Amino acid sequence: MKLFTQFAVMLFSLLLLTGCETLGGKGDADKDSEAQVEDRSTSSASTSGTGSGSEFQGDPLDDPGSVLATRMVYFEFDSSTITPESRAVITAHARYLASNPGVSIVLEGHADERGTREYNVALGEQRANSVRQLMSLSGVSGNQMQTVSYGEERPASSAHDESGWQLNRRVELVYQR
Amino acid sequence: MTLVRKMQQYFAVIVFMLSMNSAHAVIEIVITRGIDGALPVAVVPFGWSDPRQAPPQDVAGIISADLTRSGRFAPIKEKDLIALPHDASQVKFQNWRILGTEFLVVGKVGQAVANRYSVQFQLFDVFKGEQLAGYSFQVPANRLRRIAHHISDLIYEKLTGQKGAFNTRIAYITTGQQGKKPRYKLKVSDSDGFNEISILDSPSPLMSPAWAQDGNRLAYVTFEGGRSRIFIQYVNTGKRVEVTSYRGINGAPAWSPDGRRLALTLSKDGNAEIYVLTIASRQLRRITRNGGIDTEPAWSPDGRSLVFTSNRGGKPQIYQVTIGPAGAAGRPKRLTFDGEYNARASISPDGKLMTFVYGNKGIYRIAVQELATGNLTVLTDSRLDESPSFAPNGSMVIYATSLKNRGILAAVSVDGRVQQKLAVQQGDVREPAWSPYNR
Repeated sequence: MKLFTQFAVMLFSLLLLTGCETLGGKGDADKDSEAQVEDRSTSSASTSGTGSGSEFQGDPLDDPGSVLATRMVYFEFDSSTITPESRAVITAHARYLASNPGVSIVLEGHADERGTREYNVALGEQRANSVRQLMSLSGVSGNQMQTVSYGEERPASSAHDESGWQLNRRVELVYQR
Repeated sequence: MTLVRKMQQYFAVIVFMLSMNSAHAVIEIVITRGIDGALPVAVVPFGWSDPRQAPPQDVAGIISADLTRSGRFAPIKEKDLIALPHDASQVKFQNWRILGTEFLVVGKVGQAVANRYSVQFQLFDVFKGEQLAGYSFQVPANRLRRIAHHISDLIYEKLTGQKGAFNTRIAYITTGQQGKKPRYKLKVSDSDGFNEISILDSPSPLMSPAWAQDGNRLAYVTFEGGRSRIFIQYVNTGKRVEVTSYRGINGAPAWSPDGRRLALTLSKDGNAEIYVLTIASRQLRRITRNGGIDTEPAWSPDGRSLVFTSNRGGKPQIYQVTIGPAGAAGRPKRLTFDGEYNARASISPDGKLMTFVYGNKGIYRIAVQELATGNLTVLTDSRLDESPSFAPNGSMVIYATSLKNRGILAAVSVDGRVQQKLAVQQGDVREPAWSPYNR
């Protein structure tokens, strides 16, 4: 039985990864396979989730140790592709939002200062839309999510080199509470 | 341009700390690169009718600073002037010839009635010994700087054959802190940075100011209320109207030459696309249809086409599309092929040149490209230059750059030979937009 659970978890992770790899595709087949991943995640969570979940008091959003405490998704220069490191963060938030349909979120897209300002507004929106798309594929309802792009107008860091730029190429997940 | 030649052009740095009206002097102009062989010209301090009080403005000083700023003239220092004539009867041409002065400007200011002044000036060709131009004006005190710039324009046009652009304005965005919160301001000043006024003050980001051809309306983007919106504001009255506030991006407004339409970027239909909005009817026509980013439209002076930034080819490059009655007429044509990142183009008033941000290997500079030949010239040499905007006579491009991690404005001639920095003394300044000619 234990072996089976491990196998199920492995299978789930594998499917989650493949599901995300095909995120760029626009075919319905991709959406279907993604939806399937979601179904398995529910069953997988129920088999392994006997520990902290039921004992947890209050809102997991307030748990500084939770992956939900991470509210930033970072990007490469002139890119709106979600990096492998960010996938886990986004899907964790997506799971929370999907199971709390009354909660809504603003996805704030930003860019670093390089390049032109209006192009960066559009780039920030592309980034916010990437996060939105992944959340949507993970079962979050469209009316729980809003996007806005500030381009390079609201930097998180004022450093004028890569140390600051890497912090500024981001989508901020802003919960509306 | 070779490095040696460039070094030769960096001659003595000239700093104007214009002391007149110092309360309004917010921009310090530093000429960082000038033309060898700028025309020597003598601008004699103007006569003033009332010895009991100081003249209301140093008109000759303003003219002298304008001519120096153009990079094409080298006004003689006041202490080196051999005489101080105020009109033709006092001029002895043979004395000025000894100095090698080719052109001489004299004039006088008088008080006509209370708070109204008469300004008279004459421009002479010293070697021919003849008058090239002479005018007199009557203006209120608060127009004296403007009349001085107007005189600079008349002199510039007479001596270069090209219309001057001194009696114009610039709009720009500044940011600073108020308490711990950022503060964004939209400001307008004369082209030399004097008479700065703030026409909008906001805790939310402001972007992309754009002048209408009437020189009175500015379109811009605000994020008031946590979303982007485009407004049109009348500079003289301060009155403003919201133009678009669609879901998603409302950005990059650009006035059509006839002042009736705005090209702009909206993402209401899914992603950033270019539209043309007829202002009076609010009719919207979609111009681009592409899965990538399309933004930063700018009109050709004939109003028949738009240039814009698109990453449809993978990286941002500049494209041109013809505009017909129903939207785009024909497929967009790519204009830039050199460099990894070319964006935010605008076309010169004569329709011959395009200026844009040219990015290569992570360095962003201002370039111009001849539309007919595709020949590209990089004009600047710093790392993060942006927002180029043509002077209305097409002679110079004003742009934003950084100096010691602070945003400042700078200007460069379209041949790259004259360069100057306009340093606002506080905060960050960016996104300059050079006004059309004053009407």
